[in-house]
This record gives sequence, structure tokens and C-alpha cells, in this order.
Amino acid sequence: MSIGGDLPLVAPATVAPSKGVSHSGVPKGGRVRRLTGADRLVVIVMVTIPLILTMIFVVLPALASVILSFSSWDGIGGFDKIKWIGFTNYENVFTNYPPFWPAMQHNLLWLAMMFFVATPLGMFLAVLLDKEMRGGRLYQTPIYLPVVLSLALVGFIWQLQYSRDFGLLNAILQYFHLQSPDAPVDWFGDPSISLWAVMVAAAWRHAGYIMLLYLAGLKGVDPSLREACAVDGASGVQTFFRVVFPVLRPINIIVVVITVIESLRAFDLVWIVNKGGNGLELISALVTLNVVGEASRIGFGSALATIMLVISVVFIAIYLATIFREEEQ
Amino acid sequence: MTRPQSEAEYLARLTPASVAATSRRSLLRGAMGAGAAVGGAALLSACGGSASTSTSTSTSAAGGASAGAATSDTGAGGGASGGEVSFGSNASDPLPKKVVQALADAFKATSGTSLKINTQDHGTFQENINNYLQGKPDDVFTWFAGYRMRFFAAKGLIADVSDVWGKLQGYSDGFKAASTGDDGKQYFVPSSYYPWAVFYRPSVWKEKGYAVPKTMDELKALCQKMQKDGLNPIAFADKDGWPAMGTFDVLNMRVNGYKFHIDLMAHKVPWDDPKVKKVFSTWAELLPYHQADPLGRTWQEAAQSLQNKKSGMYLLGLFVTQQMTANLDDVDFFTFPEIDSTIGSDALDAPIDGFMMSAKPKDEARAKALMAWLGTKEAGDVLAKTDPTTLVANSGSSTAAYTALQKKSAELVGSAKNIAQFLDRDTRPDFASTVMIPGIKTFLQNPKDIDGLCKSIEGQAKTIFTA
Repeated sequence: MSIGGDLPLVAPATVAPSKGVSHSGVPKGGRVRRLTGADRLVVIVMVTIPLILTMIFVVLPALASVILSFSSWDGIGGFDKIKWIGFTNYENVFTNYPPFWPAMQHNLLWLAMMFFVATPLGMFLAVLLDKEMRGGRLYQTPIYLPVVLSLALVGFIWQLQYSRDFGLLNAILQYFHLQSPDAPVDWFGDPSISLWAVMVAAAWRHAGYIMLLYLAGLKGVDPSLREACAVDGASGVQTFFRVVFPVLRPINIIVVVITVIESLRAFDLVWIVNKGGNGLELISALVTLNVVGEASRIGFGSALATIMLVISVVFIAIYLATIFREEEQ
Repeated sequence: MTRPQSEAEYLARLTPASVAATSRRSLLRGAMGAGAAVGGAALLSACGGSASTSTSTSTSAAGGASAGAATSDTGAGGGASGGEVSFGSNASDPLPKKVVQALADAFKATSGTSLKINTQDHGTFQENINNYLQGKPDDVFTWFAGYRMRFFAAKGLIADVSDVWGKLQGYSDGFKAASTGDDGKQYFVPSSYYPWAVFYRPSVWKEKGYAVPKTMDELKALCQKMQKDGLNPIAFADKDGWPAMGTFDVLNMRVNGYKFHIDLMAHKVPWDDPKVKKVFSTWAELLPYHQADPLGRTWQEAAQSLQNKKSGMYLLGLFVTQQMTANLDDVDFFTFPEIDSTIGSDALDAPIDGFMMSAKPKDEARAKALMAWLGTKEAGDVLAKTDPTTLVANSGSSTAAYTALQKKSAELVGSAKNIAQFLDRDTRPDFASTVMIPGIKTFLQNPKDIDGLCKSIEGQAKTIFTA
């Protein structure tokens, strides 16, 4: 006995628009309804709860910061104690606050270092590991390990290395007679080199992070592409730059965005070293210094935070413009 | 096998029975319900609770400023007849923590009231003080004398304890003045203090034949002699930003006098006054004798250099002995030498630590009783017995357990006519931390540009003090 056979699969008489089932696919009043009442409720709840939380914890405080940047307030007392002073805070930030312009320079340097050194290093390591040479598994773990450590711990570890009198680095340099014991290098104290010292520690961590992302992307590349390159006689370098790299465009965009975000956000390492002073000024550290703690220059710190927000918005706008332009294509 | 009668039935038969029981929708519904239950419970528990839990969670949000972890201790409960007073403490290091516990035990023994001690990490407690006082502070808590106390008194966040002071004995006028707010009422009960002085190891000095300098010229000659002997004359560290303030304070008090120093702290005189520039230029003359590269060195490392006989002397507070426990009997000090003979050398920094009461304590009568007891000489005795690195403020307390160093320190402060509290306690905290710390660090990197530095500090001071 054959099931089906010459008869239609479903008894024609019972085909009717049914209400309680999803994917009914039958137009009702001309509009296609994909979801039913219960489903729609679930979707609405799942969207609104995170939206409300984001509004309360991210958007409203950001707006409050922008508004407070026009005030002078020490955080004590009610809203009636706030003095509104217009753009004075911004004037002071730009003209009357010595750590500000060094902080901008340092943030830019940090971005350049991450963009031109740490990220390419991570990508290079990913490409190497993708070749699955012997011992690849062994190398992956120590390269990725710094990412797992909290930045506070990373700062503490590197302090032990960089300490002028008791650090490992100076001890090794003196052992190999590359440094005289009377003139040890003050890695964290000398403002012209402290930022580079901290950036090495940050790059150490950032490279591992990028390596993992890129490795995941590389594993997703179609092997037939590589075979085609091998057949055409392309070298490894040519294969990568001409074929694999353009194919990985979505991953590249993510990597660039993450690099920019991490450099604007850089805070933990410099805070652990010396609360962001003496050559380690960064905008985020300045904001924290002014707002958090006994200093409580809420208005002034909010002005600094607003400036940081504006800078981030510029990068976000560029990123969104790129994404939307692609979607149109 | 019957033919399916409707499309629904046909589709239903495509999925096996075991899977059909759990649909994606029911799974999500269950997960959301569980999540709401857990999240809701967590939110509710965070809303309630005492000030201690709310402040200790905010410490982790405060950017991890200190390496120490915030702990929340509760003292011995019970004592229903005596009631309970909550006590906020920033004594997170082991020895001060022991002191607080000893005080709590002694108070319970005399009055039957037990203390609920909430300990926070030392630095974090100070950083969170604004939120702490405006939230639900403990009834009585540790704090410092000076501007930092008067500021909160003026805002009405701490209670007037003048009636407690009416019964206190054993405090000199200096201590009473340090406990008084701007309106003439007392808000603070002093507990302990320590002087800032120049510390050295007598064995090293005896060996090399050094003598205690009494004037600036003698100091400079001594430093040159130490350099010839291969010692680093003055240990110096300013990674944390505040230790160098001690040098500024004492130089200002020696060059310009105590009154000018206090006026400068209150910004009654500007920072680009020629007298202030003179302080910086005097410091610049002494800088070659200080340890090089101070900005990467912590005070603990500098104290180690004193302990290791690599440095000749170190201007710091009495707490430097915490780093020299191996040689406590070989530590001595002298007060910074005079620079101007008309001013002399009797002014010094001697920060005072003590207790304050919050403006709205849960149990005012018992809290006041605690404040009154903390000001008695019995409380001072407990402190003196437990902690050898600090001095007791109450002169009636027994100093029999004092080491020779403590006795000498007590004499030094007792005979000083003018006591300052230290720069970051005498002036506005936002000025001290956001302007002075970077300013002094800039000076130490570039001691030649004093005019530019003073102009920049004054420009920023104007915006802060008039705000």
C-alpha cells in the first residue's frame, strides 16, 4: 500500500486558514501575518526590556552627563544646589587644564599603536596559526592568555617588570651590561617613555584578542579559494593579500571597530600604574579622576566625558556610514 | 496509518514526538521566567540592605583604585540590653583593624553597647565619602581633621558634637581648634596623630660622623658630604602624588611661616605670589640631593632604600616605620631645619585622625555615648597598647607602652606651636587631587619653569575656589 500515491497529500476540503498556528501563510485582509498574538507579545517583551535597561543605564546617564557639563556641582545636595555656568567648563578644559592636551595626544598615539602595530601583529599570528604548523596548539594558549587576565592584573604584573629599582627588566638589562646600575631606566616615572611602556603591555593583550577573532574568520574561508590560488601558482603572501584578505571584509571591519573602541576605552592599565598622571594621561582616566572620588568636580568631569562622547560618535558615524553604504550595494 | 486530515496534522507528524513536547516557544518562556525570578530577587536584595553593602558594591564600581579588596566585617552582635551602634571604618590594614576591634571590645565592656563594624579599604573609603555621607552612613565613622572635616560640617552632613566636647578632657587647644568647624562648633573627636619629620638611621650617621643639621646651610653641607660618601642624601618618592606634598608643606612653613601656609591652603593668597615661587626655587636648590627619578618610585620603595643604608634620610610621616620593622630601634628623626631665623622651625605637619558622627544617626543617644567614650583617656590607652606606629591624641592616656621613637614624636608635636594637617587635608580635595598632584609632578620633571607652573596652578585654583 503506498502512502500518497495518486491522491493529494492533504485532503483538499480541510485546507482552511487556521488562526492558532504560526506560518499559516494565508493572507488575512491583504497583509501577511508572520507571527501570532502570543509570539508578538514575546517579541515585544524581549525587545522592550533590554531597551528600557539600556535607556536607564546608558542613554539617560549619558544625557545627564552632557547636561551636567554645563554646571558646577560637587555632588552633594539636591538638584537645587547645582550652579549653571554655561560653557565655562569647556573653556577651562581647553585652556586651563594642563593634562588635557597631553591626554588627547596620548589617546591618538594609543590608537595609532593599536592600529598599526598590535592589530597587524594579531592578524599575522592568526595567519601563522592558520597554517597549522607543528606546535600550533601550544602557541595558541600563551598568546591568548593575556586576554583572559583582567587588565588590573596585567597592570600589576607589568609593574613588577618595569619597576626602576626592583624590576625584572632592569635587572636583566644590567646583567647583560646594557644598562649601568647607577642609571637604571625609569620606565614608569619618565614621562617620555612611560606611555610606550604601558602600550607594550596593552599591545601584548590586544594582539592575542585580535588573533583569536581573525583566526575564527580565517577558518571560515572557503578552502577551494586557496586551492585555486595554489593551482594558479600564487605564493603564500600573494594568496593572503589578493584573495583571503578581501574575502574577510566583514571580519576586517569588526577588527577595526574593536581596535578603535579599545583605544578610546583605554583606562585600566594607566589607572593601575599611577592613576593616569605623569605621561600616562588618558581622557578616560581624567574623567574618572575628576568625577569619582573625593575630588567630585562633577561638572568639569562631565565636560571631559562629553568631549570623549563626541569623539566616539565621530568614529561610530563613520562606521555606520560604511555599513549602510554596503547594505545599499 | 491514516492519512493526515489537515495541513496542521501533516506538519505535526514531521517532528518526532519527543521533540514536539518541547517547543522553542515554551523553552524561551521558561528561561525568561527563571531569569526574571533570579534577576528580580537580586535587584530587590540590592535595593534593601544597610549602607555597608551598598558602599562595598560601589567600591568595585569605583574603578578598582586600590589593589586591596573591600571587606565588610560585622563586629560581635548581641547585647540586646546595650543596643548597637554602627561604625564605619577605613582601617583595612591588619594593625589598624586590630585597633578598631580592641576599641569595640573595650566599649562593649564599659557600656554594654556593641559596635557593628563595617570596614572598607582605606583609599576606597575616602574616595566614596561623598556618596557614603549622602546615602545611609554609619552612625559613627573614622575621618580626618582639617578642611576635609569642615567641608562636610558646612554641608550639614555630620553632627555637631559640641556637647560631647564639653565633657572631654586631655585635649590641648590645638586639637580643639582642629576639631572645630567654620561656625565655631565642634564636629570631630580626635583619636591619633603622627608627625612628619626627617627620619634617619643613627647607626649609619654615627659611623660616618654626621650631625643633625639645624639650618638650611648645614643641611646642604651634610647632603654634599653624603654624596661624597656614596650615599644618596635624601630618599624621595612621588609615584602616588601625595608624598611630595609633605616636602612642599614643610618648605612653605619654613620659608614663609605658618600663617601664610594656612592662607595659601584656603586660597586667601594666590599661588603665583612671589612667596610661593620662593618655596619652589628653594626646593629646586635641594632637588639635586633628592633621589633621582621619584615619579616611578613608591614611598615604600624609598623607605626600603633608607632601611638598606642606600639613602641618608627621608622626609615622611611616622608611618615610615611600618617599612622598617626589622630595625625599629635604629630609627630616629629630627624636625626639618630652619631656613629663616626669624621664623624658626616649630611648625610641622601632624595630621590628626579621629571620628565623626553622621547628621542623622539611627540611635543618637548611644552614638553620642560612643563619641564621648572615644574621647576619653581609656580609649587612648587601648590605642596606645595596640598600635606602636602612631600617637594618641589624648594627653591623659598612658604612654608607658610608647617606644622611644613615639615618645620623641609626642614631645615634638606637643611642643610645636603650629600644627598643619597636610596639604590634601588642609585644602579643597578637588584642588589637591586634580591640580596639585599633577602640578607637583610637573615641577619635579621640570624644576626650572617655576613661573609657568605657578601661573597654571593659580589659573586652575581660581576656577575651583570660586565655583
